[in-house]
Amino acid sequence: MGLIKEIDYGTPIRVGGDVALTIDGQTVTVPAGTSVMAAAMRLGTQIPKLCATDSLEAFGACRLCLVEIEGRRGTPASCTTPAESGMVVRTQTPRLAELRKGVMELTISDHPLDCLTCAANGDCELQTQAGVVGLREVRYGFDGANHFADARDTSNPYFTYDPAKCIVCNRCARACEEVQGTFALTVTGRGFASRIAAGATDFLGSECVSCGACVQACPTATLIENSVIAQGQPEHATITTCAYCGVGCAFKVEMQGDRVVRMVPYKDGKANEGHSCVKGRFAWGYATHKDRITKPMIRDKITDPWREVSWQEAIDRAADGFKRIQTRYGRTAVGAVTSSRCTNEEVFVVQKLVRAAFGNNNVDTCARVCHSPTGYGLKTTLGTSAGTQDFKSVDKADVILLIGANPTDGHPVFASRLKKRLRQGARLIAIDPRRIDLVKSPHIRADYHLQLKPGTNVALINAFAHVIVTEGLIDRDYVRERCEAADFEAWAKFIAEPRNAPEAVEPFTGVPAADIRAAARLYAGAPNAAIYYGLGVTEHSQGSTMVMGMANLAMATGNIGRDGVGINPLRGQNNVQGSCDMGSFPHELSGYRHVSEDATRQAFEAMWGVPLDPEPGLRISNMLDEAVEGVFKGLYVQGEDIAQSDPNTQHVIAGLTAMECVVVQDLFLNETAKYAHVFLPGTSFLEKDGTFTNAERRISRVRQVMAPMAGKTEWQVTMELSAALGYPMTYRHESEIMDEIAHLTPGFAGVSYARLDELGSVQWPCNDAAPLGTPIMHVDRFVRGKGRFMITEYVPTEERTGPRFPLILTTGRILSQYNVGAQTRRTANVAWHDEDVLEIHPFDAENRGIRSGDLVSLSSRSGDISLRAEVSERMQPGVVYTTFHHAVTGANVITTDYSDWATSCPEYKVTAVEVRRTNSLSQWQEQDRASGVTQRRIAGQTPEAAE
Amino acid sequence: MTKEPEHASTVEIDADYKAKLAHMAGQIADFFKSYPEEQAVHSIADHINQFWSPRMRADFLAACRDGSIHPHPLAGKAIGQIRGGGRKDG
Ligand code: SF4
Ligand code: SF4
Ligand code: SF4
Ligand code: FES
Repeated sequence: MGLIKEIDYGTPIRVGGDVALTIDGQTVTVPAGTSVMAAAMRLGTQIPKLCATDSLEAFGACRLCLVEIEGRRGTPASCTTPAESGMVVRTQTPRLAELRKGVMELTISDHPLDCLTCAANGDCELQTQAGVVGLREVRYGFDGANHFADARDTSNPYFTYDPAKCIVCNRCARACEEVQGTFALTVTGRGFASRIAAGATDFLGSECVSCGACVQACPTATLIENSVIAQGQPEHATITTCAYCGVGCAFKVEMQGDRVVRMVPYKDGKANEGHSCVKGRFAWGYATHKDRITKPMIRDKITDPWREVSWQEAIDRAADGFKRIQTRYGRTAVGAVTSSRCTNEEVFVVQKLVRAAFGNNNVDTCARVCHSPTGYGLKTTLGTSAGTQDFKSVDKADVILLIGANPTDGHPVFASRLKKRLRQGARLIAIDPRRIDLVKSPHIRADYHLQLKPGTNVALINAFAHVIVTEGLIDRDYVRERCEAADFEAWAKFIAEPRNAPEAVEPFTGVPAADIRAAARLYAGAPNAAIYYGLGVTEHSQGSTMVMGMANLAMATGNIGRDGVGINPLRGQNNVQGSCDMGSFPHELSGYRHVSEDATRQAFEAMWGVPLDPEPGLRISNMLDEAVEGVFKGLYVQGEDIAQSDPNTQHVIAGLTAMECVVVQDLFLNETAKYAHVFLPGTSFLEKDGTFTNAERRISRVRQVMAPMAGKTEWQVTMELSAALGYPMTYRHESEIMDEIAHLTPGFAGVSYARLDELGSVQWPCNDAAPLGTPIMHVDRFVRGKGRFMITEYVPTEERTGPRFPLILTTGRILSQYNVGAQTRRTANVAWHDEDVLEIHPFDAENRGIRSGDLVSLSSRSGDISLRAEVSERMQPGVVYTTFHHAVTGANVITTDYSDWATSCPEYKVTAVEVRRTNSLSQWQEQDRASGVTQRRIAGQTPEAAE
Repeated sequence: MTKEPEHASTVEIDADYKAKLAHMAGQIADFFKSYPEEQAVHSIADHINQFWSPRMRADFLAACRDGSIHPHPLAGKAIGQIRGGGRKDG
């Protein structure tokens, strides 16, 4: 096993008609528009180059890539010269060799010659090219003017900029523009004085989002990872999948032995095509953080200190606890929560344990609190619980309707793709209560930002549809051919009613009717219009209704079933899609089949050898309710932190506290573990094999690069627990779990580790009908047969503002932190976000005498917390905003238990609150801090060992 | 796998919990209320049958019958179609 080096063609490969040319006597055929340099590389001929790399458009600055072309004067740069039919090119002649040496000499004369002690030694294109052109002497000497004494910029925690080594090839600045779309870097000065500058001060103080694209593009050690400076060059690499968000970027984990040196985005990864964000690229240090718990622990009461024990003792304790509860309180008194951060295989075995060993269907997953309405809404209307497109599809979209999503923060690598498309001229309609970055950022401006009042999504989408129906913008042929006629007619009649008109909804949505009309016409009139949405759609009491409303809109305008269109959830956690696919919901077996379907259940029963319960089990919220009632007593929590991530923290804690056996399997002693009796150490994504499924239904491999720190992988532990409960499972490897999934789940029938190794990744359905997977769904017909329009009556949320709680709180996330922050808080990402703050509009702030930086109390009818305020015009008056990345803030102490009517997905996005200045923490925060210390004690260790 | 008892039958469900079930049923009814009544009632019952555990359904039905909750009128009409009487293991 060595390092993995992708081929660099020097310039992008085009798609287009073929041209044939001759290079060094060999003929090659390439798509029109391909450069001579890339054409040569097709033949395996590497033309020397410095300023070119194939993630960027050609720039033509270094002049090292000169070639001779018959019939042309001079020596054109091969990177900027398009290949043409009949061209005869020579890449090696004595004249070219001399010219190239001259270019190298000039470049090197201003470059320190400390190669042996340079961090990039062995991985430096300047060094390589000096070797390639045969540079033996530098006639200009090294004592001329140089930049050797220029100060390094070490402000970014993950990489260093050393101007002494810069050859001003501009690759970094172009990567920041073209790949990332941030425009943080510029070249200042001219000629010899020219330098790369990040903003006015340094990288950390600039617009830089630390995506790493510039570092990757830099051919020298000028921009280089600090981990490489500290550890040296890696010696082998493995391809794996990022464990953070639902984009599911592919990475090369570059290693020295079993130590990670760096994570580099993999060019052949189809979700990211060589790009990354700060989390996946740099924030992997949590995986070996000192807070990792690597020994199983138990305790009798949650107020006792934890006691480290053997695996056997911990597993027996957990199994005995669950068995005792079932004997005493009944079969349905126990359940489990699966994790969207774990692999498909790990999730599958946990839900199998619940159904086969517990003998009930009380299994739920954290997708309950984020995208369960997506599952319900898309299944009802289209027939399957997943997004319709691949990410690449956005390259073909003409109008993009972005609803309740903030991709530059939540799904950064997809956002880079989206921004690229917008810079090419696609139009953007953003529907969001907050002015997200995409509304206006460098070279991007949304055509419409419909800044609606939180909680009025459905009214707004109905008004969109009203315009489309009443102005004759329906795609009649599509609807007639593809959709249920009666449902369409009923819907069209409903939507045309005057109460759904833009003018009727303007007063309570806060969006001018004229803007709604114009935006709806723009969407309906586009050749290809695509909807992308996030938790701002789902986390509402009408989350499922809104998902159906969007599906209605897309069907009505014929925007489902081809490239460039569709309806696409941007999934939060890395494996939300997968954990849902794997049968983590209490009413569904894998592949979204209801537990009451006899044939499906029988297939599972035959394979598992036990009868299965045909009745739906409990959702997380119902488990907690029944725990408070005293009838639900035992919970197995796999890699989730429901005490932090779920709404109405005090209710969650009341439920957990009422249980007799709480088993937590996690990397860290998280908030939920404070209420647990058994702790089973988990494994990071670096320590296991498996698969994740991203937001485009893409199944990608996770590959083990180091041994599990706790000695066992999570699925092994789940199997041992199952055996102790009396239901043994016998998998020897993760691949065998996938084989069982494939056997039992029609959409996965063609998936195996061998297939994944062969294809790199595959989008389900992958079966005999689609052996290579399905990038785009519903192409000729909907999965359910005919598309079904649903009537989407707007029902205002019951969460109302009033004199006591006059403001609306909505919540979200930011780029550098991830979800409950358990991982990112344990990395240098805190440089960007070290606490949750409350964004408040200047008008509301002034009324309350609040200035940026003040400590404020935020209260709702659920509880109150204190945090710092930031006065910001991103919010509209009357709406405040915060994130929930830091447990100590306790943002979910505030959120209520209102939830989506169909799926119980909590209404995180609308809570009535009041804000006032304070000078102390809230009572809950004080208590939480105290209990955080007592309930995390480990016998024989000082409390600081825990978080 | 432990078989019996199915659940502790002695537990008193409290008013908050009953109110919550009534509220959930009301939200479901609010979604379907725009459909013709027969279809709405059927869809409400179907939704509850598909997504509520047997115990939730039984507790809801019991609370409706003993008059301790007064659900949304459409949810009330769906009661007859909600599964609950038949199975013992709820
Ligand atoms: S890390 Fe990314 S955002 Fe920052 S300067 Fe480099 S390319 Fe631009
Ligand atoms: S920092 Fe690197 S990529 Fe940027 S101009 Fe200098 S050498 Fe080129
Ligand atoms: S975009 Fe998501 S999957 Fe990609 S590197 Fe960032 S966190 Fe990881
Ligand atoms: S590589 Fe072509 S000019 Fe630099």
